[in-house]
Amino acid sequence: MRFMIIVKATRDSEAGVMPGEKLLAEMGAYHEELARAGVLLDGTGLKPSSAGWRVRYHGKERSVIDGPFTESKELIAGYTLIQVKSREEALEWTRRFPNPVGEGMDAEIEVRQLFELDDFGPSEAVDRMREIGMGTAG
Amino acid sequence: MGSETHCSIEAIWRIEAAKIIAALTRRVRDVGLAEELAQDALVAALEQWPRDGVPVNPAAWLMAAAKHRAIDHFRHRALHERKEAELTWEIEAQLADGAPPAPGASLEDPVGDDLLRLVFIACHPVLSREARVALTLRLLGGLTTDEIGRAFLVAEPTVAQRIVRAKRSLAEARVPFEVPEAGELAKRLSSVLEVIYLIFNEGYSATAGDDWTRPELCGEALRLGRILAGLMADEPEVHGLVALMEIQASRLHARLGPDGEPVLLMDQNRARWDRLLIRRGLAALARADALGGAYGPYALQAAIAACHARAADAAQTDWVRIAALYDALAQLTPSPVVELNRAVALAMAFGPAAGLDVVDALADEPALRHYHLLPSVRGDLLQRLGRDAEAAVEFRRAATLTRNLRERNLLLDRARRCAGL
Repeated sequence: MRFMIIVKATRDSEAGVMPGEKLLAEMGAYHEELARAGVLLDGTGLKPSSAGWRVRYHGKERSVIDGPFTESKELIAGYTLIQVKSREEALEWTRRFPNPVGEGMDAEIEVRQLFELDDFGPSEAVDRMREIGMGTAG
Repeated sequence: MGSETHCSIEAIWRIEAAKIIAALTRRVRDVGLAEELAQDALVAALEQWPRDGVPVNPAAWLMAAAKHRAIDHFRHRALHERKEAELTWEIEAQLADGAPPAPGASLEDPVGDDLLRLVFIACHPVLSREARVALTLRLLGGLTTDEIGRAFLVAEPTVAQRIVRAKRSLAEARVPFEVPEAGELAKRLSSVLEVIYLIFNEGYSATAGDDWTRPELCGEALRLGRILAGLMADEPEVHGLVALMEIQASRLHARLGPDGEPVLLMDQNRARWDRLLIRRGLAALARADALGGAYGPYALQAAIAACHARAADAAQTDWVRIAALYDALAQLTPSPVVELNRAVALAMAFGPAAGLDVVDALADEPALRHYHLLPSVRGDLLQRLGRDAEAAVEFRRAATLTRNLRERNLLLDRARRCAGL
């Protein structure tokens, strides 16, 4: 089963402040440990929302809204994708995730389980999603 | 609360077991004893954590508990054999935190080093294949004997016995706790890779039983392969094997029909292939290639799998390239099975008749006498040549040879259709 560890954005990450050497080293060591345990699939950081945009749907209209966005707590600054044997194993790994803004600071990460193909019942709509490679399992 | 703690102990154990066993083996020089000591630490955790809570650093707690057990063990033994008392002190000093690492151990990364040595011990050629597989899953995968038994459809006591005997054989053969020297490395590494691939294959197409695949076993092999790739980043064949397993695993779910029946490669819905695993597989293959290992046996097989992964559908597959890769593989590791696969590739590239020639040359091959894929492939080629009656005979014959129920049903179905029933 696969889990995504989502790192929430902060004022600093939104301002494009690059993490310090110490934090980078901690993140590096942690991800190295994930890789060494054979559970790391993928992961990266996201550029500040000022470089991104949103598309808003309203009735039949859609409008493009350029970043930055203000509610930084709801924004994502990076993710790590892991594949483990059980929910508890994922929990244990995420407990060890370094504080993404540096030890001693307030921060939050969020962990979500990925849908796998088997979670979907047979349906035509689901088949169409599969056609584009969604919800594939591993 | 209690069962919740149990679950997290289990999870922590899975993450830490191999590292603890490896570190203990470096110190006590006996993998069997090291595992017992590690198990004792686990039992202590199961007793104390539900009561006192999970410690902040569970890995350090388990390691410390295991070391205490080790010291107790040697003290007890010293009581019986007074003259060993001095040795005990030496060992106590060694087991204590901050002790200098054993000679040869890398100062920077003793954990990775220990793990690597444990891999080589578990896959030591002095053991039978079955023992190597069981011991690897036990020591490195943290699987229980019960789980291993279920995965391989072997009774639990049989697995337990195999492991006990394996540990005894290692002790008797005085197998050193070390990564083999350069001269010996290639041979020993190939045993390690073989064990991991055996585990993967048992998950990918179960040799017996009611299920066509056992994805959990594939996941375990893939995890072991990725660990090894981290430990031996300079060995191209390790990346070759990982590439092969990632790409094959990307098809796992497409290999199963709605009722759990097997779906063959050509008929699979490629939209169901896992793109992330394919990407990872292609990256691992590129690494093997960059390290100069494009023509290693696993890298070649991965390159074949990559041809399938890159093709939008069966018709667009580069069969000529696949046939060439099988040629290279047949020269490197000649075997009737490779030859049979080469026949399939030739048939796809140059027509069924070209494949049938190669298959017919294999007819008297003793190694394939009980191999269901020989008549199965022959049946397929005959059917494509319009020789349906002969094809039906081959499919029926193949059905009598496979031990997998799902596969037997598929073959009998093809036989019936060829016979026009």
